[in-house]
Amino acid sequence: MTNQIVQGILLGGYYALIACGLSFMFSVMRIINLAHGSLAVLSAFALWLLASHLHVPPFLGLAIVLPLMAVIGWALQRFLLERSARGGALLPILTTFGLAIVIDNVLFEQFGADTRSLAPFIGSLSYDSWEWPGSIYVGKLAVIIFATAVVLLGGLQLFLTRTGLGRSIRATSEDPDTAGLVGVDARRANALAAAIAMVTVGLAGAFLGMRATFDPYAGATQLLFAFEAAVIGGAGSLWGTLVGGIVLALAQTLGAKVHPQGFLIGGHVAFLIVLFIRLYTSGLGLRGLLRFSTGKVS
Amino acid sequence: MSLLSVEDLVVRHGLLQAVRGVSFGIERGETLALVGANGAGKTTLLRAIAGAHQAASGRVVFDGADLSGVPSHERVRKGIALVPEGRRLFVQMTVEENLLLGRVAGRPGDWSVDKVLDTFPNLKPRRHAKAGHLSGGEQQATAIGRALMSNPDLLLLDEVSLGLSPLVVDRVYASLQGLINSGTTIILVEQDLNRALSVSDKVICMLEGRIVLAGDSKSVSRDEVTKAYFGLHRKGAGGVPA
Repeated sequence: MTNQIVQGILLGGYYALIACGLSFMFSVMRIINLAHGSLAVLSAFALWLLASHLHVPPFLGLAIVLPLMAVIGWALQRFLLERSARGGALLPILTTFGLAIVIDNVLFEQFGADTRSLAPFIGSLSYDSWEWPGSIYVGKLAVIIFATAVVLLGGLQLFLTRTGLGRSIRATSEDPDTAGLVGVDARRANALAAAIAMVTVGLAGAFLGMRATFDPYAGATQLLFAFEAAVIGGAGSLWGTLVGGIVLALAQTLGAKVHPQGFLIGGHVAFLIVLFIRLYTSGLGLRGLLRFSTGKVS
Repeated sequence: MSLLSVEDLVVRHGLLQAVRGVSFGIERGETLALVGANGAGKTTLLRAIAGAHQAASGRVVFDGADLSGVPSHERVRKGIALVPEGRRLFVQMTVEENLLLGRVAGRPGDWSVDKVLDTFPNLKPRRHAKAGHLSGGEQQATAIGRALMSNPDLLLLDEVSLGLSPLVVDRVYASLQGLINSGTTIILVEQDLNRALSVSDKVICMLEGRIVLAGDSKSVSRDEVTKAYFGLHRKGAGGVPA
C-alpha cells in the first residue's frame, strides 16, 4: 500500500504539470482550452523529431521547443482566442476543439499512427530508480517530474505575486476593464498568460514522451487527466492543481490495486465524488458548481 | 492651451445617448467639479475621457494630442488616471499590490507607495491587508492612491464620497485638498454640491447628457447650480465651453 501511495504522489506531479496550463488559462482568460492535450502531444512530437533526426537530446531540445510553445501560445491568444472570445463564452471552446482536431490530424498526416516515445533518448533515466526502505522503488524520472512540477508551481506563484507582469496578469484575471484603467494592457497580459500556459504544456508534453508512449491522438486522454486534476484541485488555484493531480493519481493507483482495470475508473470516480461534493456543499446545485469553477488566479 | 479639451463629445450605451455633444476645457492646475443628478451622464463622460467608453463622435484632446481610438491603458501612460465609481479595487490583492499596479514606468513624478501611505495615514497599518477586507474609507484612499501612483497630469475622481460616512468623507476631502494645493489637475464628479463648490475652481452641471450650467465656482451661486441640477435653469444647449 505504501508503495502505491508513493507512486501515486509522484504521478500526481505529472498530472499537476499538465493541469497547470489548463487551469492557468482558464483562470486568467476564462477559456477552457480543449486543445490542451493535443498541444502537449505536439510538443512531444517536436522533441521526438529533434531527438531522432537531429540527435538533440530531449532535455536540450526543451531549450528550442519551450520558446516555440510560448510563441504558439502568444499567437493563439492574439489571433484566434481573443477574436473568438468576442463571440461569447462558447465560441473559444469550439475554437479550441477545432484546433485540437486540426493538430491531431496534422500530426497523424505527418507521423502516422505509430506510437513513439522519448524514453530511448534519455538513456537509463526512463527506468532507473532508487530503492527506499520497505522495498519501495522510486523512479528517478518520476521524482524529476514531481520536483519540476513543484518548482514550476512555486515559480509561477512567485511570478504572479512578486513581479509587475504577474500582478498585471492577476489584475486582468480579476477585472480586465479596471486593469485597463490603471494602465495594464489586458491584451498583452492575456497573451503573456497564454504563452506561459503553453510553456507548461510543452514541459508536460516532454515528460509525457519520456515516461510513456504517445501517438497523434493521445491528446484527448491527456486533456481528460488535466481537466480532472484541475477540477479536483479547484480551477485557478496553482497549489490546488498539485493537490488535484495527487488526488487523481492516488485514486488511479489505488484503483489499479483493487482491480487491473481500475486505474482509469479510480480516477474518474474520485473526480465525480469531488464534483458532487462541491455541488452539494455549494448549496446552489449546478449554479453553485459553475460559480465554484470560476475561481481566480491565486 | 487647455490641458484637456472635450469637443462635441457624444457617447452611447447601445441606443441610449448618455453624453450628447458635450464640450469643455480645463487648464493645468485647475479643479473642475462635474455635478448633476443620477443618470446625467457624468460617469460616462469621465469614463469616455479615461478611454473606458468609446465616443460615438466628437473628440478628447489631451495635452495637444487627440485621444480618439487610444485605449484606456495608453491614456494612463499619457497622464490620465481615473478613480472609478465604486472604487473597483482588485480585492484579491493587498493594498500595496493595488498601489504597485498603478505605477507606470517612465512617467515623471515622485508618487510612491510610501508617499501614498504618508498622504493617507489610515492605510499604513493596512499595507499588507487584502483590499477586499478594507473599510469603505480605506478602499477609497487606496483607489485614489492607486491612481496617484501613475503620477497623473489629470486625475478624474468619480463619486469619491459615495457610500462613506461623513467623518470618512471629511478625511478623504482633507487629503484631496492637499492634492489640489499641490497643483494636481482634477475633474471631480460629486453629488454633494457644497463640497464640490468648495474645492473646485470651475463647475459644470450636467442634465440628461448635456451641460446646462458652466462657470467659476466662486461666481456661480448654489441656487443657480441647484436649479440647473433639477433642470429648472438651462443655459445653452449642447454644452458651454469653459
